[in-house]
Amino acid sequence: MAHHVLDMPTGEAEIRALRIGDTVTLRRWLFGIRDATLIHMFDRDRRTRLDLDGHAVIHTAPNVHRVPVSNEAPVGFAPFCIGTTTSMRMERFTDALMEREGVRLIVGKGGMGPATLDAFARRGGAYLAIVGGAAALETTWIETIVDVDLDDLHPESLWQFAIRDFGPLLVGMDSHGGSLFADVQRDVAARRDAVIASLEDAR
Amino acid sequence: MDLDIREFEEVCRDLYVRALKILPPDIKAGFADLQRAETSATGRAILDTMVENVAVAERTKNILCQDTGIPIYNVVIGADVRFDGAALKAAIRRGCERATKEFSLRSSVVHPITRKNEQTSCGIRVPIIHVDFDDRPETVAVEMIPKGSGSENGSFLQMLLPSDGIGAAKRFVIDRVIELGGRVCPPTIVGVGLGGTSDLCMHLAKVAATRPLRSVCSDPEGARIEAELSRAVNELGIGPQGLGGRSTSFAVHVELAATHITQNPVAVNIQCHSARRARATFTPGGIAFE
Repeated sequence: MAHHVLDMPTGEAEIRALRIGDTVTLRRWLFGIRDATLIHMFDRDRRTRLDLDGHAVIHTAPNVHRVPVSNEAPVGFAPFCIGTTTSMRMERFTDALMEREGVRLIVGKGGMGPATLDAFARRGGAYLAIVGGAAALETTWIETIVDVDLDDLHPESLWQFAIRDFGPLLVGMDSHGGSLFADVQRDVAARRDAVIASLEDAR
Repeated sequence: MDLDIREFEEVCRDLYVRALKILPPDIKAGFADLQRAETSATGRAILDTMVENVAVAERTKNILCQDTGIPIYNVVIGADVRFDGAALKAAIRRGCERATKEFSLRSSVVHPITRKNEQTSCGIRVPIIHVDFDDRPETVAVEMIPKGSGSENGSFLQMLLPSDGIGAAKRFVIDRVIELGGRVCPPTIVGVGLGGTSDLCMHLAKVAATRPLRSVCSDPEGARIEAELSRAVNELGIGPQGLGGRSTSFAVHVELAATHITQNPVAVNIQCHSARRARATFTPGGIAFE
């Protein structure tokens, strides 16, 4: 159970070194992405001018304040509350996100499925689990909103955040076929019949 | 008592913001109970982070979770209250929109076909408004629930057959909780509706999911089932965020209604751990927030 500090962007070797159960702190940059962003990028083939190669994306649509442009708010947005949404809805986009945009890490909650695990193994990626619903805390790890693209989808725009010591995050899925979520699901499936049998009239 | 509609609008605005910022005391107590019982190290660490988040939100005056939810307002009008119903509904809508604009909340509401976001937290039939009546003299109670989507997506209805029995309904609840795993942001409140019509059954599940912890189903048979299922779900091992542990749910709540001789409906609606709600009560003595 190692702890890794990753200065983003990063390369395949650093990602392959991550194992489920390890923890990670991210530094420098993080990109916010979610349902509408991915639908427009991949189902409608819209391109972004932001470079995601080697980067981490987080499943989010933030609460932001519109403010005058300044050093602290280069595109006129200040972070207000930034948290994480359920990842599983974005399952079918992982492979394309890695292939076309070069994304290496997904930060999310609730875990993802077999298609994502397969993409991680083939291309060198990992899933970093954050505590969902802990957005006020997560916001304290974000310094500024440095850029935004596809903002007609607001708040489901493509956001670029400058971050400081973002984490610790738990490696929930790695590039070696490991998934803490799948491990728990197998354990739960094994307990299911005994739990049902303990209920009156439910067997 | 005359309900002052301008005052009511202000309160509807304030309740949205209060609900987003302040976790109700029963949920805080529920976290303390789960922390004591949790045996998984990962599960304990996650619960600690959730509790820390509540403190950070209070200290930084931030909202607890980025998901501003689908706004729901439940209004209960007591006896001897004079009010204009259409004006009351319009005031709720204005209060909801004003909260969104004046506090720069993320509008999480879109048209279901065009997916257009009006940036007001309002849309066709949203905010969702329920008006009910009771016999409390000169009292109007309004409850605001920002229903988060991660858990709302954990909603199911099954029109079981009478011959399937209540056992099939219990299996349905357990299997849906297993299917959802970490996606619904556990620890959760599992809301279960039993009986009624399809729409009432689903509504009952929502009422159950948003009921305060330690409240008990008013029907003794329903109360027995909620105690039994509350124990059972925490033996599944799903744990906080689906990463293993005892703390899958704060509780399973059951609400029920009479049903048709041919029907045996069961519904599930999940409330995530950010179980936010805020209430205000209007009486001749003034407005009390809780």
